[in-house]
Amino acid sequence: MIFFLYLSSGLFLGWSLGANDAANVFGTAVGTKMLKFRFAAIIASIFVILGAVISGAGASETLGALGSVNKIAGAFIVVLSAAITVYWMTRLGLPVSTSQAIVGAIIAWNLFAGIQTDINVLSKIIGSWIVSLILAALFAFVIYRLVIRFKLLLKIHLFRLDAYTRLGLIIVGAFGAYSLGANNIANVMGVFVSISPFHAITLGPLNFTSVQQLFLIGGIAIAIGIFTYSYRVMLTVGKSVFKLTPQTALIVVLAESLVLFLFASRGLHDFLVSHGLPTFPLVPVSSSQLVIGAVIGIGIAKKARNMKYRVLGKIGLGWIVTPVISLLICFFSLFVWQNVFTQDVVDREVVHIQDCDVKY
Amino acid sequence: MMFKETKLLEKQMDNFLDIISESVLVFQEGLRRYFKKQADDFESSLNKVDVLENRADDLRRDIENRLYTETLIPESRGDVLGLLENMDKLVNGAKHVLKEFSIEIPFIPVEYHEEFLELANAAGRGVEEVVQAARRFLSDPLSVKTNLHKVYHYEEEADSIAEKIKRKVFRSELELAQKNHIRHFIINMDALADKAEDVADRLAIYTIKRSI
Repeated sequence: MIFFLYLSSGLFLGWSLGANDAANVFGTAVGTKMLKFRFAAIIASIFVILGAVISGAGASETLGALGSVNKIAGAFIVVLSAAITVYWMTRLGLPVSTSQAIVGAIIAWNLFAGIQTDINVLSKIIGSWIVSLILAALFAFVIYRLVIRFKLLLKIHLFRLDAYTRLGLIIVGAFGAYSLGANNIANVMGVFVSISPFHAITLGPLNFTSVQQLFLIGGIAIAIGIFTYSYRVMLTVGKSVFKLTPQTALIVVLAESLVLFLFASRGLHDFLVSHGLPTFPLVPVSSSQLVIGAVIGIGIAKKARNMKYRVLGKIGLGWIVTPVISLLICFFSLFVWQNVFTQDVVDREVVHIQDCDVKY
Repeated sequence: MMFKETKLLEKQMDNFLDIISESVLVFQEGLRRYFKKQADDFESSLNKVDVLENRADDLRRDIENRLYTETLIPESRGDVLGLLENMDKLVNGAKHVLKEFSIEIPFIPVEYHEEFLELANAAGRGVEEVVQAARRFLSDPLSVKTNLHKVYHYEEEADSIAEKIKRKVFRSELELAQKNHIRHFIINMDALADKAEDVADRLAIYTIKRSI
């Protein structure tokens, strides 16, 4: 019972992720009335949960390697600090990412526990944030050019193009939701993995691991966030922030989803390894920032003037400010929780430098 | 379901544009019949344009309803509706001219008949080009320009023919009332070419919007 009480911070973060980040997948489709909200919410919820349960472990492992929080009270504070950071920065209108907030909070726990943060893992994570943004822009650029070429070649009727775009928004949206669940569930539930009380369940040929059960709960929290609060965010994204046409929105979501998938898929990772190809680290990245990267890619492809490149500076600043704020909040909260409320936030006996030793 | 609706709309839009083209041909035919004093045939042309106008109205309303109720082409809906309404004015214009001929039975001396038919021809070709431009706008917006410059060309030609007839009429021995009566018909026929030009102007902007 106490576990579920502490898990509430993860559920809150999951809810807020669903409320905010589902808009990065279905925002324009709903905002421009290409898809109805209820339909988009159902698709997004189903695929976010599937992505979290089936492919969520990869990115979660990397967070575990950064710092394996070994006390439930500590995990509660880590996630709550990330959630407060996200909420507070969103209120201030600053660009914020759940991934960056959770990383700052985990580092704070490491500092509090006296564990040295693995610099290799940390640099891998930060490098992924930068590379993911560039990749999103590159994918959007290439896909946009291809789409324009095909559109000119195929001379598709306006009405038929509309139908294809709708279908595309559903399929790519489902893929985006799956990738979002796979990549971002680590932010929501990753720190609870090593202290999960669940036991594996076997249903016929299906083996439902304890981590998958945890991720299912996180996925459901994200789905509740999508249903209860994402509509307003979707309308904002769809109508006022980017002003994308449905076709460009489709390209943006596809580029974003591909990047999320690259940084989340264990299957793809293993495939690349088996063929001796360079791999992508399984790291939670920011879907909101990928959207901005993709929009910039399209802007470059269109040779658009008046591009607000300052937004990139803001993102860069967010890479530093978000983890730092989250780190400070988390460190202070851990101190208060341990010394004022006399709750153990660190299991000192098992503290050692974790190096990818979390078993799934 | 989604593609079935799309196919139906494409067909309706094609039918609508066919009606515009046909109405201009019937208008030209009606005018020829009027000058040949084939009163019954002329009335049948007027009736035909009347039927075409009603069909165009029904189709336009149906397409508009579908676009709104099915929330189709949200980005271009306003443009397509504007296009439909303005193209509908072309059929209305053709019907209006023929109806005025039928009601007012203007006396137009035979020496002006050829120029009147030339005016009808220039206006009709302008309309035909704008119909082609509308078809291209729906599937290949970048090629719309090919037809638009022809619309502008025929509109200028219609203007120049209209001016030429007016000059001749007002320098003739006709009564002032007859001159004014003839001028009224010249203006109405020339207005058809102006309406085609208005649609062309809209299409030029819609095309820019679609290519951004």
